[in-house]
Amino acid sequence: MDEIKVSENYSTTQYIVIQLGDEKYGIDIKYVDNILKMQRITRVPRVPKYLSGVINLRGEVVTVMDIRTKMDLPKMEETKNTRIIILKLENVEKIGVIVDEVKEVVTLGADEVEKNNQSAKEETAMFVSAVGKVGSELVSLLDLHAVVAE
Amino acid sequence: MDVSQYLEIFIDETKEHLQSLNTQILDLEQDPENETTINEIFRAAHSLKGMAGTMGFKRMQNLTHDMENVFSEVRAGNLKVNGTMIDILFQCLDALDEYLTTIQSTADEGVNENENLIKALNDQLNGGGSASEAAPAKQEAATETAAEAPADNSSSDSEKAQWKSITLDESQKTVISSAVEQGMNVYGITVFVEASCLLKAARSFLVFKAVEDSGEIIVSNPSTQDIEDEKFELSFSLIVISGDKLDKIIAAIKNVSEIEDAYGEPLDKSAYAQVEEAPAQPEVVENKQTVENAPAAPVAASPEPKKEAAKKPAAAKPVVNRTVRVDIEKLDVLMNLVSELIIAKNSLVSASGTNNLDRGFNEQIEYLESVTTNLHESVMKVRMVPIESTVNKFPRMIRDLSKNLGKKMELYMTGEETELDRTVVDEIGDPLMHLLRNSADHGLESAEVRRERGKSEVGSIFLNAYQEGNNVIIEVGDDGNGIDVEKVKAKAIEKGIINEEQAAAMNDKEAIDLLFSAGFSTAKVISDVSGRGVGLDVVKSKIEALSGEVDVKTKLGEGSTFTIRLPLTLAIIQALMVVVGEEMYAISLGSIQTIEDVPVSDIKFVQAKEVINLRGTVIPLIRLHEVLDIPESEEKTDSLMVVIVKKGDKLAGLVVDKLIGQQEIVIKSLGKLINKFKIISGATILGDGEVALILDTNAML
Repeated sequence: MDEIKVSENYSTTQYIVIQLGDEKYGIDIKYVDNILKMQRITRVPRVPKYLSGVINLRGEVVTVMDIRTKMDLPKMEETKNTRIIILKLENVEKIGVIVDEVKEVVTLGADEVEKNNQSAKEETAMFVSAVGKVGSELVSLLDLHAVVAE
Repeated sequence: MDVSQYLEIFIDETKEHLQSLNTQILDLEQDPENETTINEIFRAAHSLKGMAGTMGFKRMQNLTHDMENVFSEVRAGNLKVNGTMIDILFQCLDALDEYLTTIQSTADEGVNENENLIKALNDQLNGGGSASEAAPAKQEAATETAAEAPADNSSSDSEKAQWKSITLDESQKTVISSAVEQGMNVYGITVFVEASCLLKAARSFLVFKAVEDSGEIIVSNPSTQDIEDEKFELSFSLIVISGDKLDKIIAAIKNVSEIEDAYGEPLDKSAYAQVEEAPAQPEVVENKQTVENAPAAPVAASPEPKKEAAKKPAAAKPVVNRTVRVDIEKLDVLMNLVSELIIAKNSLVSASGTNNLDRGFNEQIEYLESVTTNLHESVMKVRMVPIESTVNKFPRMIRDLSKNLGKKMELYMTGEETELDRTVVDEIGDPLMHLLRNSADHGLESAEVRRERGKSEVGSIFLNAYQEGNNVIIEVGDDGNGIDVEKVKAKAIEKGIINEEQAAAMNDKEAIDLLFSAGFSTAKVISDVSGRGVGLDVVKSKIEALSGEVDVKTKLGEGSTFTIRLPLTLAIIQALMVVVGEEMYAISLGSIQTIEDVPVSDIKFVQAKEVINLRGTVIPLIRLHEVLDIPESEEKTDSLMVVIVKKGDKLAGLVVDKLIGQQEIVIKSLGKLINKFKIISGATILGDGEVALILDTNAML
């Protein structure tokens, strides 16, 4: 399954839960354009390290970012679970983000989201906007604008 | 009703009308008596006025209205065309163009009233100085109202006061009475639309807008919905609450074009009371209650949606997309090709289903290839537009320059129909304008000098465009003085661009190239026309940004010609695919001179840089491994594969590992995020779906 249909629910927000190392992160589904299997990325010379290169997304050349490098997390080998999530934020071009694994889609009500952000790891705090409770687990909800920002 | 959807059409058509006005007025200047031209001008001005009015651009409408008045006087023979008038008219066109630019970027016409121009136009109308001319002029100015006059007389009072037939419902009455209590005025207004009006709904929308500027519309007859759907005859009535005077509202309504008349009265107290009699009779307390509760509904419900609509054009601020007008035939060809493509696909699908793969298959692939090639060609053609739209404004410019500079000159243009990619046509205007200005200012000599040299006093400037293979050539030149190489050198030394030694060693061509260096301007006096700091260097960089080249030919005393060479299209190029390390890159074929196999032993060092001597020319080597941060392969070879690229006269050798071959590639832009490295100009998608980067060799040189 390469694609997951995006549906919108007004009272609650849906998040795609991804795995990065041993932590789980949530991505607001309304910004997700597409989820792709890992493919060959064309390196672009002399750009910031966290930009892995470009891929061909149905005829469109899309920049791909290594979110681990961006968030200062240790590098990981590519596995069969590695995915590229294509994000489309308002007024910004599409960008792909490499994640270790896409776990599930969860629906969180406003009461299940804790705004004051106490991320487990100091270095990732600036990329996390809130924490959501999924059952007994905590999922850091990513501030995508901060992730995509240069 | 929202007119913003027509904005694109409006902008396109206004541009066309302005262009035609420019051309026609130029003709008129040459031949002031030509009736056909005058009629053409009148028509264009009239359409412009109508269009601006429909879109609600009042200032633009006012200006064109006054222009039209002048033309109509000229047409009637009451006014003679003179130099001042032509100048004023050109200024008006410039002002209109300004409006248009503002509209294009903000969807609003801005606030410049151009009162001085309107006054100048009216002076022309009243002018010739004599009162006898002024009188008919006034009359003429009033033609529109005059035409309305008989209509006015024919409509009796009862017809005019149609609003009296409106029956108010309970809640509306309470709204009115509470408004009256607050010292507001209540008016009944009936608006008559001209019988010839084509867009009644649009007109009434403007009327509603005008009225809502000063008050609130309580009720309309027919209903607003019906009015928007044009379900009404030639009139509609309104009941309006406003703090303003009735005159002001009526004036605002009449300001909308194609509105024949508007007639209004304060809502009659007695009629009003009469109307209210029934509900007013019960208890005052009850009435009060309804005043408090009910108004919210009708006031909020009826005028609100209209307010929203009224706000829309301003708030939506549509960024107008660039469009290309496409000949329907071109689209038909495209359509046919696409259907052929589908057939080809289907044949392939069926061929793959059979066991006999070899036969049919190759045949089908060949078919597919020819279809895609044709498809590509046709799509390219769709993007092509004649340069006419850009060069059409030049005759006017040369005329103005001729006046400003006090030199007589004539512009000769050929090949306006030459087609180029839309993006290129849009971009080429400024550089061409600059070259023309240069010719007019620096190129052409003064009349005395020309006479001494035995040339015609009237200087000639020419602009020729034509297609040559896959390029389009545009030549801009003059029969003026030509470029004085010694002067150029002296100037360059003075400016510190070169020293005397360098100057002495330079040949003519090199010296002329100095003109294109930044900060070089040979005009001794900085004139309004050229020599404002930006010069030929800007022209050159602009042309190069469009993947083109500029070249100069000059002969002292006889004139000079600038030749611009541009690729037909930018989106698809022929490229050489090369491999460096493990990565594949594309180099535009247009910038490749040759490909050489260079023995390593031939590499020399000049100032610690690697160079090769190729048939007498020393060429610096660029190791793409280093530039592109690719680890160099271990194995040492005896010779290097070198792609010699050129930029103007400059050459460089790019060291690559392997050549793949020539290929037609579609240029895709890299996103802003990753487009940081100047020598990567874009990307392309290869046959296997992978992305390869395109090297910008110009940036390397």
